[in-house]
Amino acid sequence: MKKLIIAAILASFAAVPALAQTVRMGTEGAYPPYNFINDKNEVDGFERQLGDELCKRAGLDCVWVVNDWDSIIPNLVAGNYDTIIAGMSITAERDEVIDFTQNYFPPDPSAYMALKGAAGSVASGVVAAQTNTIQAGHVAASGATLVEFATPDETVAAVRNGEADAVLADKAFLDPIVAESGGELVLIGGDVMLGDGFGLGVRESVGALKAKFDAAISSMKADGTLNSMIKKWFGADASTF
Amino acid sequence: MFASCADPSILSGLHWLACYLTTAKHISFYSSFGTVLLLLALAAPAALLLGFAGALADRSQNWLLALLGRAYIAMVRGVPDIVFFLFVPIALDQAVEYIRNILFCDERAASVWQGNDFVVCAAAKMPLSSAAPFVHTLWGFVLALTAFAIVFGAFAGNVLAGAMRAVPRAQLETGAAYGMTDRQVFRHILLPQMWIYALPGLSNLWMILVKATPLLFLLGVQDIVYWARELGGSKTSAYAYPHPDWRVWYFSGLLVFYLLLTFVSERVFGLLMTRLGRGQALQGARQQGALGGVL
Repeated sequence: MKKLIIAAILASFAAVPALAQTVRMGTEGAYPPYNFINDKNEVDGFERQLGDELCKRAGLDCVWVVNDWDSIIPNLVAGNYDTIIAGMSITAERDEVIDFTQNYFPPDPSAYMALKGAAGSVASGVVAAQTNTIQAGHVAASGATLVEFATPDETVAAVRNGEADAVLADKAFLDPIVAESGGELVLIGGDVMLGDGFGLGVRESVGALKAKFDAAISSMKADGTLNSMIKKWFGADASTF
Repeated sequence: MFASCADPSILSGLHWLACYLTTAKHISFYSSFGTVLLLLALAAPAALLLGFAGALADRSQNWLLALLGRAYIAMVRGVPDIVFFLFVPIALDQAVEYIRNILFCDERAASVWQGNDFVVCAAAKMPLSSAAPFVHTLWGFVLALTAFAIVFGAFAGNVLAGAMRAVPRAQLETGAAYGMTDRQVFRHILLPQMWIYALPGLSNLWMILVKATPLLFLLGVQDIVYWARELGGSKTSAYAYPHPDWRVWYFSGLLVFYLLLTFVSERVFGLLMTRLGRGQALQGARQQGALGGVL
């Protein structure tokens, strides 16, 4: 069975030569407004628009791939896709496993969000964060009890149903949730600056691809299109380059 | 989908709901029920085939074949399923790319392992990066299906080997007394009679297989569990149809689906048991059937 399948698939692809360079862009698709899957079942958001523009400038043919956050780095190094563009902060730990381009999103504050009038403390209470994020690392080091979830949405749901006292996440992700909660949810404890901004993750063995994206990001920074794109998605007073 | 759904923000009530339930995302959700049923339809016969091969190898006079069959059945049954489900697709995927790397790459890197990276040339990618998204989805499904077939094949092998041993020895010896060869005894006496003994075990296995299908989600296949979580999560106005956390409704839907599926399966197996039991000395099989149901 297994051999048959392998043989059939090997044969069916044997005659197809590799032509244009197709770059597969890996994203999470669950972190609005950075990246999400819209109701047409397409990847949408700031990073979709940015990624398409970067590919255009770099002369690459790009397709979008959705992958769970948990396994997004392992599946990059395994070669399932060629880049990670998923609101991933550039950190030293990740840099040991993959390479990052220069940042395409400036260092941006994170914030705690809690139910209005809740008594819990962000310093000693139960704080939710998404697994393997810099926010989770920060909570673990802060002395609060960390509860981790696989998706950003589940961290917010944990606060709503009282499982956690607060959630720590990127402020730009929490802002619309607070605004649309009708006063039920509030930001508490002020801004927390974490990380050095977001970069595209690429495999360490493909230096050429990294250089192409670096050049494209530089050109978007230079002509101001990156800043106007950030303002479009995150409001006029968002931090820019 | 419908023209009247062009601007969801002005819709309300049932009209909003009708538009919401027919978005492209929901259509994918509905079709993912087909994915699950397709997996069941393909994994069950594949596992049965592998199990049959395993059981035959287990009975074989050839010691090497017998060892292989026993090792397969014992090993897969002895290791947690989830380990195999995570291991088989990765190992198979990389094995295929490794072979394609040798076959199709003109300039090969010294090793496919470079630090953390698994590197093959563009022509060796499986599927090719330029292949349609559909092909990538299909390949992921085939990998998952293989994992299901291997894991459940081992359990089926054990059940079938037991069923072959359960056919009364007197029946086989009678065949031999009539001058049948071993092969004829197997084909005409053992094979038709073994199924009644295998059925209780196989029906249990089918139920476990049905309930194991959400593992597809773990393997990155967009199955019904993936879509229930994705669609049910609360949505801000970044989406066309904002709504609060509705996961409980979506997962209730899955609950009904799985209950229906197992209910129908029970009925079908009941009918099958009656049909296969015709004309057989059933006393032993009935008892074993009752036991199998408990186990």
